[in-house]
Amino acid sequence: MTVTASASESRPPVQRWLAIWALALAAVLVVFLLRDSMSWAVNYPTEAVIPVADWVSALMRWIKSNFSWLTRSITAVLGVPLDFALNLLAKNFKIGHGADMFVLPRLSWVGVCAAAYLAGRAAGGWKLGALVGGCFLYIALFGQWTSAMLTLALISIAVPFCIVTGLFVGIWAWRKPWAERLIVSPALDLMQTIPTFAYLIPMLLLFGNSPVSAMIATAIFATPPMVRATMLGLSRVPSEIDDFSEMAGCTARQKLWKVLLPSARPTLMVGVNQVIMLALNMVIIASMIGAGGLGYDVLLALRALKVGEAMEAGLAIVALAIALDRLSQAIAHKQAKGSAHQEARRSFWRRYPNLTLAIAILAITTLLSLFVPAFAALPKAMTLTTAPLWKAAVNWITLNFFDMIEAFRVALILNVLNPVRAFCEGFPWLGTVFLLGLAGYQLSGLRLAALVAALTAFCAVTGLWEKTMATVYLCGISAFIACLIGIPVGLMASRSDRFEKIVTPIIDTLQVLPSFCFIIPVVMLFRVGDVTAMIATVAFAVVPAIRYTNLGIRQVPPALIEAAKVSGCTKRQTFFRVQLPLALPEIMLGVNQTILMALAMIIICAMVGTRDLGQEVFIALSKADSGRGIVAGLAIAFIGIVADRLFNAWTAKARARLG
Amino acid sequence: MSLRSMISKVSMGALILAAANTLAPVAQAAAPESNDPIKIALFDWTSVNLNAKILGGILEKLGYTVEYPTADYLSSLTTGLTNGDLDVGMEFWDTTAGEAMKASDATGQTERLGKLGPKAKEEWWFPEYMKEKCPGLPNWEALKDPKCAEAFSTAETAPKGRYLGGPVTWEGFDDERVEALKLPFTVIHAGTDAAMFAELDSAYQRKAPIMLWVYSPHWAPAKYKGEWVEFPEYTPECYGDPKWGTNPDAKYDCGKPHGEIWKYSWAGMKDKWPIAYKVAKAYTVDTDELNKMSGEIDLGGKTPEDVAAAWIAAHEADWKAWAQ
Repeated sequence: MTVTASASESRPPVQRWLAIWALALAAVLVVFLLRDSMSWAVNYPTEAVIPVADWVSALMRWIKSNFSWLTRSITAVLGVPLDFALNLLAKNFKIGHGADMFVLPRLSWVGVCAAAYLAGRAAGGWKLGALVGGCFLYIALFGQWTSAMLTLALISIAVPFCIVTGLFVGIWAWRKPWAERLIVSPALDLMQTIPTFAYLIPMLLLFGNSPVSAMIATAIFATPPMVRATMLGLSRVPSEIDDFSEMAGCTARQKLWKVLLPSARPTLMVGVNQVIMLALNMVIIASMIGAGGLGYDVLLALRALKVGEAMEAGLAIVALAIALDRLSQAIAHKQAKGSAHQEARRSFWRRYPNLTLAIAILAITTLLSLFVPAFAALPKAMTLTTAPLWKAAVNWITLNFFDMIEAFRVALILNVLNPVRAFCEGFPWLGTVFLLGLAGYQLSGLRLAALVAALTAFCAVTGLWEKTMATVYLCGISAFIACLIGIPVGLMASRSDRFEKIVTPIIDTLQVLPSFCFIIPVVMLFRVGDVTAMIATVAFAVVPAIRYTNLGIRQVPPALIEAAKVSGCTKRQTFFRVQLPLALPEIMLGVNQTILMALAMIIICAMVGTRDLGQEVFIALSKADSGRGIVAGLAIAFIGIVADRLFNAWTAKARARLG
Repeated sequence: MSLRSMISKVSMGALILAAANTLAPVAQAAAPESNDPIKIALFDWTSVNLNAKILGGILEKLGYTVEYPTADYLSSLTTGLTNGDLDVGMEFWDTTAGEAMKASDATGQTERLGKLGPKAKEEWWFPEYMKEKCPGLPNWEALKDPKCAEAFSTAETAPKGRYLGGPVTWEGFDDERVEALKLPFTVIHAGTDAAMFAELDSAYQRKAPIMLWVYSPHWAPAKYKGEWVEFPEYTPECYGDPKWGTNPDAKYDCGKPHGEIWKYSWAGMKDKWPIAYKVAKAYTVDTDELNKMSGEIDLGGKTPEDVAAAWIAAHEADWKAWAQ
């Protein structure tokens, strides 16, 4: 009796919500049916649009005329180390001018490859050394050396800059919870969700058309994970360690720098790794505002339809990413294990044999490059190219499979994409604000409801409603398909080590290979339009779905699986009743990330002719209209934040139910 | 920095002497007036970068230091070129950058350096093999025939033809043109011209129907055989006055404008590097020669630097005269 009683007690809220939702949907349906007489509720009236874009433009003009001296001096200061790195790795040092110019050579490629090998060996044994050295050798052999070194120079200055900034902001936010809540958290969300293209124009106006602007743009995008990692790492330090340092009489400063930060090192290193990867993601965009390098090579090759060359430049970015990723992970791992204190009195070269050797090799090879041209730049005769192969492959597919692909594309467009698009674009804006607010209220409460409703309303009152819904349509459908593919693949990977080994390099490549590289070949097969945009988005967004699903299932404690086996579950039952429910929060996190990744691709998709917020940002870019770009960028960010908040609230609820 | 400036001060004197000896015709010009690098913008297509490398090569021969920052085509007119982050931009086309150039002129911080030489042409374009399916081409009236339009259609546009237009940011007015000329076509906008030419390449290989926006100077009309549709000739009245042309109620009932290609500089260049400014202003290049050189790079696999060096060597008398 008690059981039924409690069940019936808990039932009314559910039923009440069902009734509320039914009523709400009915109300929206009524608005939709009355769209002729209530058109203001369906399409936001143009005369009521708030000119936020004009305000932002005016603000930018004011900042430009009053603060140029400040931003330009920042450019000058940051330019010094950046120029040094660029000259050292790629451009040669030029002293003097004109005819009596004296040139000091850049580091020799032979030396850099050897140094890369030594760094890898020192961090993780000869296997890692061979991998890292091999990646650099690959770049040299495929004739991408100068561009790759331009990119590496930019990253080698930008990454430490991001790490230091991220560390200090993270510490500040960890010490002052109000700062975290009011300033840091919202800022991080915006920095990660506003597409970089949206603030390129202000960047160009304030910091000039130079590698420094590119570096600052990279830093804005790549710093957030470091801040997050710092906050997380510090809050996770066991309280015993904290207490012990108090007892040992540390001052607040000693406690932070000598005890807490070293204890948080593993988490911090994860942040460092993420900073490097995100910085590499920015190379194409950075190339549009003066950075040059591999990103520019990809752009240039694609403009001339050199699919193969673009692919090679893209793969060089992947090689660079793999080398830096594995290296930083190995260093993190090594430091996490902790190293015993060495004798301090031994001489420098004894303490750091690898470093000394690397410096020696670099110096010798660079000196040699003054006399032997082969050390300065790899002779052209030695370079390899696979470009014709890529081109031939794309042509072959075009010739043989186009009709099949075309039939598939047309079916997809007519039966799936167009109806969904029409549905999204015809959905009343007032209804969307209302329904999302209601969802926020049900999942978390009044505060979330107000936030979600306000952010959604922003997209409407700035006159971007139709484009916002076009964005939601494309992202939504792409994220859905990415999950449909990614979650099963992740599940399979979690159940077979061999399969995981095959999948991991593929998703790593998909994540760092600039989407530009494959978007043009996809156009050759699928024409311009939504299908191409969708495929490119799915290819990029599928990565977190696979990764988090795999991780989630593998993290289920073995003890629980043992317990399930002991209590007589079949393999199938163990999987569906134990592993899957326990991994659900992780999988949901993956879905959340998939949505954000799909949103990040919106800008790239504008290049194949979509007509959504991404295109709006693009138009603003070509018209050098800073206000228009930032408002469209904010609208994209708000879609991401609304989705993220609702999803997190839902996951938190599900997690609470699981216990 | 101090070392650099010291060396440059010492070298200035030496350089003037050296210039007097080696570059006799230019000697009295006393270039370079400033050792600051002259920044010539690189954009993302071949001919503009070739022109940048040629001008840069000439200026280097005259003793200037030259840098080549990468920049974005349209926005550079109202950002980099207005404040000296970029000093010279080599190609701004009337046909795609008309409004951006007007905006740039309005700032007063840039200067139109004159025409590059080659004329920009842009129009609807079709591959030669499409003439069989639509024999009336290249006359535009042939497109009004429903059968002809259907030959250019795809499943989602049928029975209307499909026309692949440029990015929405280009000032194409194709939606308006289709409306005004009552053509049974649907305009699809490519997001970038890379995407546009990717479709052309794919269709051309399969001998599949395609109608798209092609412009010249560009490698595409050299690589693929085809023709431009002949619309009623463009006049400014056509774009401004509905009464003009075949459709008395609509503007844009004509072809696209042909136009000049302009060079732009930062307004301060004139005073900072007078000689370099003179050379940049005088620089022109022949249309056929530019097409040939672009082809050598895009189809022949040469580097822009090599092609530029060859041009500079072949036209030494020309550019020396410009520097006078």
